[in-house]
Parts: sequence; structure tokens; C-alpha cells
Amino acid sequence: MNFTDEQITRYSRHILLPEVGGKGQKKIAQARILIVGAGGLGSPAALYLAAAGVGTLGLIDNDVVDLSNLQRQVIHHTPDVGRPKVVSAKEKIQALNPDVNVVLHEERFMAANALNLVRDYSVVIDGVDNFSAKFLINDACYFAEKPLVHGGILRFDGRVSTIIPKQSACYRCVFNGPPPPGLVASCQEAGVLGVLAGVIGTIQATDALKLILGIGRPLTDRMLDFDARNMRFREIPVKRNPRCPLCGAHPTVTELIDHEQATCELRPPVAAAHGNEP
Amino acid sequence: MVVEINGKAEEIPGSVVLDALNAKQIDPQMVAVELNDTLIERDHLGSTPLQPGDRLEFLFYMGGGR
Repeated sequence: MNFTDEQITRYSRHILLPEVGGKGQKKIAQARILIVGAGGLGSPAALYLAAAGVGTLGLIDNDVVDLSNLQRQVIHHTPDVGRPKVVSAKEKIQALNPDVNVVLHEERFMAANALNLVRDYSVVIDGVDNFSAKFLINDACYFAEKPLVHGGILRFDGRVSTIIPKQSACYRCVFNGPPPPGLVASCQEAGVLGVLAGVIGTIQATDALKLILGIGRPLTDRMLDFDARNMRFREIPVKRNPRCPLCGAHPTVTELIDHEQATCELRPPVAAAHGNEP
Repeated sequence: MVVEINGKAEEIPGSVVLDALNAKQIDPQMVAVELNDTLIERDHLGSTPLQPGDRLEFLFYMGGGR
């Protein structure tokens, strides 16, 4: 493929980078990235990846835009309230960069469709808001052997980690399975500083682009935790766990499961252990 | 004894990892626990000894995103 003059101008700041160049920009143009969840994390990830010239962006979401989403889901605007999120997101992506082919999956990411959805893409971005889906994405990417950029946000905290199946620690290597339902509060109850979605979703997009370009060192075998109150990033090393129920020596998770749970946090009411004191 | 919990030095009573969780009133089901960069299985929290200066990492579930 050859770039038009307009495309060369559009991507000139990428092409100027020796690590990217015309060759790297072509890799970006040929990339297929799946964003699961067109919300808080998915919004900045989709916008930056579209701006970067990613050839195909897949979006999965079956929700409609709610007024309470606009505080953080920056791809959706006030007139979009009540409209399907994937449709609203597609319009913004195409207005930003008509080069991008946007594939819409207006459905829930479930055990029944997960593998087929993930298989079509080269990198997957986790932008969902519940453990059931987060574990399902992890498992589906493992079975399909697709790199996954995991993200999570809550209150004033965020986390990013990249998983390369069979090479680096997966989500289940650290968190065996979803938390028990009784202990958790709902996302709506917990709240989140909206800008956290921008910080974390943009880091996810960064690592996805690096994976596409094959440059640098991905955020594998570590979790990058962001504490907005103290404006502090901490990197927590994690390792592949031989007892991991998914990728360990004797796996017990051998097929995709829908965990019945719609919660997004598990923390004590007082953030005692997190060093959040000023 | 003084151990490092999530990057911060803290005085905690007891001698095993579970004592540190109890002191912080953290239900073991709510966290993944690393001791000096090694994950401790939940079943072993009560039998894994702590030494002064050990680094404990309590990784809370963080499930939001939409």
C-alpha cells in the first residue's frame, strides 16, 4: 500500500520518528484493534488510535449513551444521549480520521461470541466495567493467543497491564478469578474521577500501538498502578503463576465462562492500605 | 515489625502475612498478595512468615472502565 500526499501530511509526526517511519505507519494502517467497551477507557483509546491511523478499529458495546457517561466518556457528546454507543463512537472516529475502517459489534461480550470476536483482531483493549467481562476477555485472548491491554479505573485509581498469552503473566495469574459477589459495591456506587479514564485509556492505546509497531518494551509482567490523589505511578512486578487456573501447569479454566456479576470494585470502605494519605 | 506495604513502611503486629491483612482489616478475598514480588496463594497467607523489611503488595481488584 502507498500513502497519499494527504496521508503523508496527516501522519508526518509519526513518519518523522525513526522508530515509526513510513514502514511503521504502514503497520499501523494494516492493524486491527478490538476495543471491548465504548465507554470510559474505550473513548480515549479509540480516539487516539483513530488519530494514529489504525486501519481497522472494532468496537463492542450494546449500551446507549447516558447523561451520566459524559463526565468521562469523551467520545460521546451531549446530543448522543440515548443513542447506541457504538454508533456515536463510529461517527466521531470517522470525523477525526476517515481512513479508519470502524467495525461495529452492537452486542455484549459473552462466552458464546468472545472467541469469534477476538480472533479477527491483532490486539485487544479491555475497556469494560465488570469482572465477569474482564476475566472473559483475559480468557478469550489466551485461547485465541491475542495480546491484550488490560485497564481498570476506580475512584482516584487506575491500573494498566499488558498480557501476551503464553509469554507473560495473565490476569488470572494474579487474580485467580472474579471476587465473591457479596463483598462488592456497584460501579455506580463507587464513582470515578472522569479524567482517570483518559489517563488509563491513553496508556492502553500507547501500549497497543507499541505492540503493533514492535517497538520498546510492553507493559508485560507488571501492573502499572496510578494514584491520582498523590499523582503517583507505581509499577508492581507480576510473574506467570505455575498454579494459574488458565495458563498454569494444570489449568482448570478450559473453556469460556460467563461469570454472573455486574460489579467493578473490591476494596475496603477505607482505603487503608493504599497510601492515599497526603 | 516494620514491613513495606504498597511502597510505604508500616508497623504491623504478628508474624505471618495474614496478620498484616488482619491489621489493615482487609479480607483476604479482596486482594492478591505479593511478598517480595512473589504471589502468595490465599491458602498460604496464614502460614507464610513475615520478616522485618519484607515488601508486601496488596493488589486490589480494579474492575471499572466504562
